[in-house]
Amino acid sequence: MAGTVDATLSDADLVAGCRSGDPEAWNALVERFSRYVSAIATQAFRLPPHDAEDVFQTVFMRVYERLGSLRSDDAIRPWVGQLTRNCCLDVIRASGRVIPVDEVEERVADDTIARLDEAMAVRDGLAHLGPECQEILDRFFARDESYRTIGDALEIPAGTIASRISRCLGRLRTELTDG
Amino acid sequence: MTTYDEERLGELLRLLPPAPAGWVEAAQELPRARAELDALVERAERDAAFRQALVDDLEGALRVAGVEPRPVVVEHLRRRLVQ
Repeated sequence: MAGTVDATLSDADLVAGCRSGDPEAWNALVERFSRYVSAIATQAFRLPPHDAEDVFQTVFMRVYERLGSLRSDDAIRPWVGQLTRNCCLDVIRASGRVIPVDEVEERVADDTIARLDEAMAVRDGLAHLGPECQEILDRFFARDESYRTIGDALEIPAGTIASRISRCLGRLRTELTDG
Repeated sequence: MTTYDEERLGELLRLLPPAPAGWVEAAQELPRARAELDALVERAERDAAFRQALVDDLEGALRVAGVEPRPVVVEHLRRRLVQ
């Protein structure tokens, strides 16, 4: 799911790879945070696609430019979250819209970001499962694909998808609890 | 320690659908785009006529350099030329 870089590499390892100029590390870093940045823009701040894309590109441009100033390589996740949040607020203010600059709306956005942080932690656990479980769970839940589409893509009988999903969710639960 | 049931795990996985592939590819291209921008800015610093042509048509100059003139890239180049 993350190019040729090991998906189980820590955030700090990816940051170190980017600092050393490894293009695959940058690709993997973008891949790892792309869903998070996009979801903050579209779910927490409900930006329309055009504005969300501007935020997305601006965030990664800033990450690329400022990676050297990051105090701790482990801190990239909250840093990316904060950068995205600030970019979204900038776009909203610049557009003259009133949402969600007031305090209540910002709190709602922050609650959504907290849920997205939890979802990122679950995806970290997903990266430690085998490729089949990663594919099945991602296709079914995140990509909203049907059993038939998943079965065709992975060349497995559609009738076995439900039981595989259940088994993979069990493994994910174990990974998150014991991992 | 947080414990999850299967329903909660499914809900959390649903929260992070893939970003559009074009957005991801453009962000992955940023280091290369940045290198092209550096070259354009350096040349503009040495060559006043090129600088004027660049200011007059930022998007065209980016296309010639092989860089997709996305708003964030155009804005970045504009800022650097002003500086």
